[in-house]
Amino acid sequence: MAHGPRTPFANPVVEWIDSRLPVFTFMQKEYGVFPTPKNFNYFWNFGALAMVMLMTMIATGVVLAMHYTANAGMAFNSVERIMRDVNYGWLLRYMHMNGASMFFVAVYIHIFRGLYYGSYKQPRELLWILGIVIFLLMMATAFMGYTLPWSQMSGWGATVITSLFSAVPLVGDSLVAWLWGGFSVDNPTLNRFFALHYLLPFVICAVVFLHVWALHVVGSNNPLGIDVKGPQDTLPFNPYYTVKDTFGLSVFLIVYAFLVFYAPTLLTHQDHFIPFNPMVTPPHIVPEWYFLPFYAILRAVTFDITIPFTHIILVEAKLGGVLAMFGAIVLLAVLPWLDTHPVRSARFRPWFRIALIGLVVALCVLGYVGAKPAEQPWVMVGQAAALYYFAFFLVIVPWLSKKEPVAKLPNSIHEAVLAEKGK
Amino acid sequence: MKIKILLSLCVAAVIGFSGPVHAAGEHIELPKQQWSFDGMTGTFDRGAMQRGFQVYKQVCSACHGLNRLSYRNLAALGYNEAEIKAIAAEATITDGPNDEGEMFERPGRPSDAFKKPFANDNAARYANNGALPPDLSLIVRSRAGGPDYVYALMTGYGDAPADVKMNEGMHYNKYFPGHQIAMAAPLVAGAVTYGDGTDASVEQMAKDVATFLAWASEPVMEIRKQTGIKVMIFLLVFSVLMYATKRKVWKDLH
Repeated sequence: MAHGPRTPFANPVVEWIDSRLPVFTFMQKEYGVFPTPKNFNYFWNFGALAMVMLMTMIATGVVLAMHYTANAGMAFNSVERIMRDVNYGWLLRYMHMNGASMFFVAVYIHIFRGLYYGSYKQPRELLWILGIVIFLLMMATAFMGYTLPWSQMSGWGATVITSLFSAVPLVGDSLVAWLWGGFSVDNPTLNRFFALHYLLPFVICAVVFLHVWALHVVGSNNPLGIDVKGPQDTLPFNPYYTVKDTFGLSVFLIVYAFLVFYAPTLLTHQDHFIPFNPMVTPPHIVPEWYFLPFYAILRAVTFDITIPFTHIILVEAKLGGVLAMFGAIVLLAVLPWLDTHPVRSARFRPWFRIALIGLVVALCVLGYVGAKPAEQPWVMVGQAAALYYFAFFLVIVPWLSKKEPVAKLPNSIHEAVLAEKGK
Repeated sequence: MKIKILLSLCVAAVIGFSGPVHAAGEHIELPKQQWSFDGMTGTFDRGAMQRGFQVYKQVCSACHGLNRLSYRNLAALGYNEAEIKAIAAEATITDGPNDEGEMFERPGRPSDAFKKPFANDNAARYANNGALPPDLSLIVRSRAGGPDYVYALMTGYGDAPADVKMNEGMHYNKYFPGHQIAMAAPLVAGAVTYGDGTDASVEQMAKDVATFLAWASEPVMEIRKQTGIKVMIFLLVFSVLMYATKRKVWKDLH
């Protein structure tokens, strides 16, 4: 990548390598002296934290795969063997299952950061979309990973989610049989899910590479949401942000370690410890917490959509729910074109800020409703929250783009930091 | 400041989810017991585990398997090698085929898995009026309430209220989901005679067997918590050092 003039390194081995393949020059440019806005707050840690979690998941996952058996008759037993007889197998498994939760925690805060400070806006639209692609791949990977222990929750969760595709008009049932590799969730399903669960993390790595590449072309956003005007606005990434990220990582790891060592099954349903039995449906099938808001959106569509004043059904409730769930994520991806307000940071957009806090509240409510049985009053609460979610993207944000006053922004990051220091 | 409030909202939301995730069906309040293995430093009471194992062996094992455990695992209860060999040898294990192609019977060895009470699920159902006694290896893990549930179930038998119509062959238990359980009250006072002189009341046996089964569900619990303390101390010290380093590096800019 670096084709320009190269500064030679003093160490002869490093220099020998770098003159043939300039990896050291590349690292120096992208992570050593990389100019980074000097006013980051701790929200800017979470990209690096998500990266650490991705690496942790791959490292623990590869070793778990060495001991795991992807066979419907043996999978559950092999996982219990990992827990009981493999040296430190329990640690690997607890790190992996709680690591998924911590990965989603990091990514959800990272996405929120992007929303709050307008990181999705011009010129970072593609960077944002690549992030949404990573998010989708994570969801697919996590879902398939959840099926691998072949527990009641695994098998029935897989049944519920794959059955969603039966809502596709005309080819739905054939599509589901194709996904399953048979006529029910069984051994072929487990085998393909294991293969994909091992493959997708490396696809995520590739998209993360593109995501970081795009970031390093346009540079980071910052809490003020204004452009970097010159060198006085930035700091070299190392040591300033390497040390800040390491501190943030350490605090994050305390939470992670607490889950792993003192509450390893806090976020796991107890039915996840009963082997899958296709003959016995659990009273309550719930996904992992990080899917609950989307699960609630799926279940919020309880009505067929008909042509008004007739009984002709355009979209059945099931298909409507599936479309709403996927639509909820597509809306995130097109947000840069829904929000055309010239100011990026919510710090200078009080109206947008209130609307965004409303979105966070709606997602929390949806998450809560997603864990409840599909009964009143939860169905109506979920519908109201889902309505707000869609209204936020389709009505509120476009309206604010036109109507919210444009505040006066600071002249530069440097000036704003000095003013802050003066207080 | 607002961001901090938002962040804590997010964290609260995440933690809040863990509650409702576990709720399923009708909610039955289980009385909370004190356990030797509660908390960040709790360990399994060896005496209770040995007594609980005795209850399992003399009462539960007539119908319930424990097939994720091997006899060698009993070392964790404080038994020595000779004792474990003797316990294993009490079981008759079908092995083979031998050189002549025949299956044969031999005394159990420490490396054998706990012997199952029935040859297969059909045999188990046939002997139990159609009900399948679940394997107990993960019973504490796989029930809401864990050891509290096992204790409550053991002590929750009684006469059905007048307005509850019991199905044939079912027994009333106030803590069992649906309140109708195929298993008759397994524990009666004095069902076992404890070697250490502990009075074998129903409550005592329930507590002991729940402790034993909690260990069976997660034999690594003690090493998990011990490792955790070291990891937490390391991370706390490392965080303080990193914070100090960060302050020093950023000194000129603050």
